[in-house]
Amino acid sequence: MSNLTNQTMQSRRRFLENISRAAGGAALFGLGLGIYSQSSKSLPADAIRPPGVSNEVDFLSACVRCGLCVRDCPYDTLKLAMLGDKVALGTPYFNSRDIPCEMCEDIPCIKACPTGALDPSLTHIDDARMGLAVLIDQEACIAFQGLRCEVCYNVCPVRDKAITIEYSHNKRTGKHALFIPVVHSSDCTGCGKCEHACILDEAAIKVLPIKLAKGEMGQHYRLGWEEKRRAGESLVTPDTQHQYNLPQGSRYDYEGEGLITPSQTTPFEKSALERLNEGKL
Amino acid sequence: MVAMAKNAGQDSIAQKGWLLAHKWLLLRRFSQLSILLLFLVGPWFDVWFVKGSMSSSLFLQTLSLSDPFVFLQSIFAGHYPEFTVLSGALIVAVFYFIVGGRVYCSWVCPINIVTDIADGLRRVLNIKTAFNFSRSTRYGLLIAVLLLASITGTLVWELVNPVTMIQRELVFTMGLSWIVIGGIFILDAFISRRAWCGHLCPMGAFYSVLGRYSLIKINAQNRANCNDCMDCYAICPEPQVIKPALKGSGSPLINSGNCTNCARCIDVCAKDVFTMKHRYVYSKTITSQNEVHT
Repeated sequence: MSNLTNQTMQSRRRFLENISRAAGGAALFGLGLGIYSQSSKSLPADAIRPPGVSNEVDFLSACVRCGLCVRDCPYDTLKLAMLGDKVALGTPYFNSRDIPCEMCEDIPCIKACPTGALDPSLTHIDDARMGLAVLIDQEACIAFQGLRCEVCYNVCPVRDKAITIEYSHNKRTGKHALFIPVVHSSDCTGCGKCEHACILDEAAIKVLPIKLAKGEMGQHYRLGWEEKRRAGESLVTPDTQHQYNLPQGSRYDYEGEGLITPSQTTPFEKSALERLNEGKL
Repeated sequence: MVAMAKNAGQDSIAQKGWLLAHKWLLLRRFSQLSILLLFLVGPWFDVWFVKGSMSSSLFLQTLSLSDPFVFLQSIFAGHYPEFTVLSGALIVAVFYFIVGGRVYCSWVCPINIVTDIADGLRRVLNIKTAFNFSRSTRYGLLIAVLLLASITGTLVWELVNPVTMIQRELVFTMGLSWIVIGGIFILDAFISRRAWCGHLCPMGAFYSVLGRYSLIKINAQNRANCNDCMDCYAICPEPQVIKPALKGSGSPLINSGNCTNCARCIDVCAKDVFTMKHRYVYSKTITSQNEVHT
């Protein structure tokens, strides 16, 4: 009888030992994996997700790493992250300096995705926001040196909306214009054709994940002129007609000029020093 | 009577001939390699029977199939699935629920080839190691994997899962996953017997649970003929599942979900003790013949 109890005790002990070994191992493993997963949530700056990914965390919960989007990409733009890449293992991405997104109108990568990790509600490729082009190095960009280039502007599939050319004065020569490419986040899809086409050895314009590229104003900011336009009138004290009794023809500028009299643009015709020398202070 | 593990299956070969004594093994290898090949003829010859990888694939441009374990992780991570992946995972899950969950492990998963070779090497070189993981480690890992998915909101296990990694990299481009294949081989061959597939893999654990009540089971139908040669134990990747069926007084059905239905026991048994049939008929006939009540 005591032998039997001993046996059951032993088997019970073995069972508990087994279970605790398994649980301990699993917990330790889970801890390591959990920490690793946190570090792998950050996407390297040169890795751009395919269209239809609005948020990296949501994407990583949905993507089953099957590679169907990569298979159906007609331009071999998309790559699967392999072991050793810095992108989460098995997930699709592209590097726009290598092969940019051609912005297919039928968006085959989204059609291929079985899980909805690439959002199927994105049907118009111009609405894609894969990343955001940033003219990141104004020292290297030759447009800032006063040279004509505009290659990024010319290859842009959403030209004149996503990239415009803004003219400004060339201070170095004093008589020429600078033709500066300016990216607008309202229309840039992040396809990367600009970065791919940049003529420099290392691109001055780069597509970055939106999270890296965009700043964000605090929610409490209210731009007076925007609010005024939206509401049709000023929301704070309305502009009132000037009520001071000013000399005839004079007016008062609220935006910093101060009192403006019509007769003279400067209060004195000569400088203070000259007047002092003439003894006519 | 107890034979060396090295000689497991010799009696059977002498009895049935080499080919019949390897029938199920050859069928399994054929199944594993042809599934892999189906994925590979696409990128190799531009003939797309199957596109994607074993995590999710498109069969003949119409039928979408998905791995239910990866799908489950995605659900735990908080993703609301599209119908495509939902139906694909359901079809696959129902299939394995019927044929046996771990049929995935022994008839589909290419890593099984690696771990089988590692175990074969152990038998040939007579490698003995004392260290063993607990067989329930995999269930601990399975729970940990699913919990972590819901805590972190990402498919955490898929960041390191060697099974899907190797399957994917075999079909796409091979990254450093050769190292992982090598690692699993070394682990199984020189550190601990059947460590990966039989003790650690949470994917296998998932399929064990899925196939616990599967229709198709191995049956120690003619257990009365057993001559205790121990060959089936030596060859079985989950030897603990055999004893209750072979030596117990209850049902001769190998009921454990851990049985992979690899049918190597059928191959190596010179006495034709085992068969693979569906679970109901044989438990009934045995009961009526031998008056064994289950």
